[in-house]
Amino acid sequence: MSSSCRRPEHTGPPEVFYNEQEARKYSQNSRMIEIQTQMSERAVELLCLPEDQPCYLLDVGCGSGLSGDHLTEVGHYWVGVDISTAMLDVALDREVEGDLVLGDMGEGMPFRAGTFDGCVSISALQWLCNADKKTHSPPKRLYRFFSTLYSSLARGARAVFQIYPENSEQLELITAQAMKAGFTGGMVVDYPNSSKAKKFFLCLFAGISGVLPKGLDSEATDRCVSSQAQFTAQRSRFKNLKGKSVKKSKDWVLEKKQRRRRQGKEVRGDTKYTGRQRRPRF
Amino acid sequence: MWLLCFCNPILVIRCRNILLHTVEMKLLTHNMLTSHVKGVTKGYPLNIKATEVKVNEVDFNAQFVTRMIPKLEWGPLIQAAEVLGHSQDLPSTLIPNYENDEDFLRKVHRILLEVEVIEGSLQCPESGREFPISKGVPNMLLNEDE
Repeated sequence: MSSSCRRPEHTGPPEVFYNEQEARKYSQNSRMIEIQTQMSERAVELLCLPEDQPCYLLDVGCGSGLSGDHLTEVGHYWVGVDISTAMLDVALDREVEGDLVLGDMGEGMPFRAGTFDGCVSISALQWLCNADKKTHSPPKRLYRFFSTLYSSLARGARAVFQIYPENSEQLELITAQAMKAGFTGGMVVDYPNSSKAKKFFLCLFAGISGVLPKGLDSEATDRCVSSQAQFTAQRSRFKNLKGKSVKKSKDWVLEKKQRRRRQGKEVRGDTKYTGRQRRPRF
Repeated sequence: MWLLCFCNPILVIRCRNILLHTVEMKLLTHNMLTSHVKGVTKGYPLNIKATEVKVNEVDFNAQFVTRMIPKLEWGPLIQAAEVLGHSQDLPSTLIPNYENDEDFLRKVHRILLEVEVIEGSLQCPESGREFPISKGVPNMLLNEDE
């Protein structure tokens, strides 16, 4: 988690960063769309909603409604809140199913108590950690957001936030404010050993203390069958073999002997000792 | 205008989508929205003022409507529906045993999910602050001093 100058939060406030040009990417760039969809799938999975029951959900930082599309797909109704009018215009263009509200997370959620059965948010919360105006205080805005969210959730509901934390202090600040607002829960980290595939999900429970779901590990990669290249931490040692056997292996020895035989050379017959390793010697 | 459209395919797509878009504020969302201006204690229900209302067909889901009814504030919902002229002859108090009354559920479904406000405003009953609705999106952003 090193701080780089390429973080979009550092360039300006979200309503300025997500302008029309940036917003268009979310309806045209297939890689961006796929990553967003994947993260929202995982977030909905972490929500642990009751099966076969349509739920009423809140999508904070819904943007162009990519995460909402997934919610509609699994049969839920949703309301999206976003601060960027350009992103909401893209959502309108894409004819998303949910209702949209223009609002700032840091000003609190303008909803009645106990409204929603759950809340998802993809890559939005880290924007609250920056003060874009003189009057902004990140801890206060985070607290106002979490406390109003807590009241707008039904008892026993969960909220899942996918975030890109800048450093551990930021993570601490977010979780501390969430706990102060009454939430329980914690972080779920998917693929913790990979720098690229690592994803942070803040799972919060309103009212009940549930069991925190486990993060995904590299062993469980069979779940993400996608069109993009799979991330693997393994170094491939024999890259350019093109169907040939690994040198000095048994297959390689047998192939070589066969080739020599075809050339009419004198070759010893194949036995069970052929291509076998000698015993270790001190 | 047409010349421009021919030159730029993206522009053509944008023109078409603006004419087609169907997302507007539903009364279900209105029933849940409150005013969050500082100093306002209740801020509910928001007075609805609509200059453009549309009815948009949505698939009927009896299970969802039945689940949502206990969460609704019935009075404000009927009031809002009457303001928009789509009250559907629904009673001013919630009837018992609505779970099995499909006709009733369909009427509730209609005002909850199908009647939509495109242009207008929402007004906080306590502070009088107006939140404009444009293109079906209510603007709940506050000013710095609010």
